[in-house]
Amino acid sequence: MTDIDIAPRFTSVGAVRDGLRQVQYLADEGIAGVVYLADRLGKPVLVEGPAGTGKTQLAKSVAEMSGARLIRLQCYEGLDESKALYEWNYKKQLLRIQAQRLAEDSGASWSDIEEDIFSEEFLLTRPLLEAIRATEPVVLLIDEVDRVEVETEALLLEILSDYQVSIPELGTVAATQIPMVFLTSNNTRELSEALKRRCLFLHIDYPQLEREKEIVLTRVPGISDHLADQIVRIVRSIRTLELKKHPSVSETLDWARTLVLLGIESIDAEEAKQTLHILLKYQSDIIKAAKELADDGNSARPGGLRPGTAGSGTAGSGAAGSGGRGT
Amino acid sequence: MTPDEIEGGRAFLDVDLAATAIASAAPGHGGGMLDLLSGFIQELRAAGLPVSLTENLDAMEAVRHIPLDDREAFKYALAATLVKNHAHWKAFETIFEVYFSLRGAHYAIDEDEDSAEEIEHLLSELMGEGTAAHGGAMDALSPEELAELLYKALMEGDEAMLRALARQAVTRFAGMEPGRPVGGTYYLYRTLRQLNLEAVLERMMQAAQDGADGGLTSLEERLAKDEYDARIDGLRKEVEAEIRRRLVADRGAQAMAKTLRKPLPEDIDFMHATRDELTALRRALHPLTRKLAVRLARKRRHGRKGPLDFRNTVRHSLSYGGVPAEPKFRYPRPAKPEIMVIADISGSVAAFARFTLQLVYAISSQFSRVRAFVFIDGIDEVTRYFEGIEDITEAVHRVNTEADVIWVDGHSDYGHAFETFWDRWGKEISPKTSVILLGDARNNYHASQAWVLAEMQKKARHLYWLNPEPRSYWDTGDSIVSQYAVHCDGAYECRNLKQLEKFVEQLG
Repeated sequence: MTDIDIAPRFTSVGAVRDGLRQVQYLADEGIAGVVYLADRLGKPVLVEGPAGTGKTQLAKSVAEMSGARLIRLQCYEGLDESKALYEWNYKKQLLRIQAQRLAEDSGASWSDIEEDIFSEEFLLTRPLLEAIRATEPVVLLIDEVDRVEVETEALLLEILSDYQVSIPELGTVAATQIPMVFLTSNNTRELSEALKRRCLFLHIDYPQLEREKEIVLTRVPGISDHLADQIVRIVRSIRTLELKKHPSVSETLDWARTLVLLGIESIDAEEAKQTLHILLKYQSDIIKAAKELADDGNSARPGGLRPGTAGSGTAGSGAAGSGGRGT
Repeated sequence: MTPDEIEGGRAFLDVDLAATAIASAAPGHGGGMLDLLSGFIQELRAAGLPVSLTENLDAMEAVRHIPLDDREAFKYALAATLVKNHAHWKAFETIFEVYFSLRGAHYAIDEDEDSAEEIEHLLSELMGEGTAAHGGAMDALSPEELAELLYKALMEGDEAMLRALARQAVTRFAGMEPGRPVGGTYYLYRTLRQLNLEAVLERMMQAAQDGADGGLTSLEERLAKDEYDARIDGLRKEVEAEIRRRLVADRGAQAMAKTLRKPLPEDIDFMHATRDELTALRRALHPLTRKLAVRLARKRRHGRKGPLDFRNTVRHSLSYGGVPAEPKFRYPRPAKPEIMVIADISGSVAAFARFTLQLVYAISSQFSRVRAFVFIDGIDEVTRYFEGIEDITEAVHRVNTEADVIWVDGHSDYGHAFETFWDRWGKEISPKTSVILLGDARNNYHASQAWVLAEMQKKARHLYWLNPEPRSYWDTGDSIVSQYAVHCDGAYECRNLKQLEKFVEQLG
């Protein structure tokens, strides 16, 4: 740990939650708690969860709430230290050397030049170094960290545990203040133990019914309480189906906005069916959900929509189907 | 906060954490807290969660910043520092509930006097003036009145009331006796049977139907049912938690945690998975396939460097003033293998075959072609069931019901199945093909026909055998796996997702 001592940003878990609410981010107990702890312990937060549940938004909202600047590093395959940490501005360095050559007579020696071209003037800061060197409060967002290769993860380790960057020519640049750091991951691969160990872990799942309704009400202007209620119930119902991709919070919001634009006050099965493509992104999912929603309630509803029943029903039938066939 | 929560919070403080000790100890923690936490962490490790020393220390540090009367915050503080994989959350939660459950005098098995007051308060709130006649406490209620109360609370979604009712139901129906060595499921079953929640659900649906003008549309009905299902599920969990609390109070946290210990999803044995575990497995399979596909694709691109990419190198040399300082290479594009999966789908290994087929098909974009065959004593190609189908579960279901795999009596006959395979499809095996055989090789003492495998190995790129049985069972009884294995490039024990994942990764 570093010995940088700064005043904590938040006074309590409740304060975090209220603060986030003011910037229209409705955090549950877990989210607020982890953000509070991250501040107190001076540790980065690794945020994981299904796409579209507000992982990136959390970092943005925390920045907005605390009035800090958001520095974002978007990760991708092939990201290297010259894009993440720092790079020497070699074009400028070349110019400098050439200029020196022209003025050879001025008597400057090579060592002067060398000292000169590896000074801060020729350093291009990239997001990580920028976050470390910032003197004002910053929030560092390292987005989709699971996209970089395992080897590249190592780049992050020094900064995450010690809040410093070592530059061979310059020495170590240490942070003057501990930035809040958020890493998001879509879990397309297992992150290394070393990285996980340095972070607090936060899994953001689809929100509870009440919270999702609240989110819809805050984020979609002009929506009636009744419609919001219907929307989140239908979404919950759809999430219990076995789909390739479940509707995320952002898709729920898109759907709500669409319905408001269409001037729909109370949604029925037909309207739901026609606008499903906003909620679901795969044709097979849309067909499946449409079938389920339009299904006449009184006729056979196979297995119902109860979580678990739908799943174990198929699992069981497979085993049962062949179970009778001996061994 | 409801009175119940305040009550719970107090009990939590008094018993679990020597709060005063922690407050007074300047740098460290109170002994009680330390003991409790290290016991808790030991149990996490015993359940298979990888908790490092650093994380242990982080947890200790984290709880210092959390107000101790806030149980939820305490839980999240521990989770954030100790659990770094969402698949382990359930295991964590169970252990947390055992170690830090609400405890206090009135959670003991023989009974509660002090909660009467709070129930009385809730009762009068719910039922109005009329309850005074019942003397206030729930103990005095008749079973019919209790059922009525339950129905009302569920209809209104009154959580505090449901909690109180769950407690009352456990007291009345579970018949718990101190020291009796019976598992929690037994008590749960007894309690739920008495509550008869299916009938309650039906009644609620009926009431919703009657309450609406002109009945509910099918959509409304579905939504209402979802809502009621969720509430009833909540009640069921509450009952379960209540039983667990009392058992912990009776037996102690450590013993209780041990009985509740369950394998993590990736360690669940295919062959002996319960229905719930199968569901958990299927859930775990989905993210696994995604991960595996990404990893295989990456491996293909980044495995090694290909030949020099002249054009690219020259283009990049421009920024170095024409000096090719940074050579660029082509990405290698190794051929994707063709896969043939031949799976035994008789009852004993069906679950295993299903998971393997699902996994292989889910990542089929990483193979040039996947063909699937299933057998019991006859064999059939089932590739067509998977083609153009987005929902693998359904395909697997069709395989299980429609494939023509019975030849004589429907008892596994590997020899006959392999022989038939060789006659019909053998010539289609090419040097690019990897053949994967799935099964326990329990051949019911039929002829092995192992020569087929010897021939296959000559033609195919690779031939693998995956066996869902533990290695120690191989070649016992009618298992003849080693007769086949000698002709394979490898025979692997493949009992859980972890082993399956490892194998498939090696394939790509």
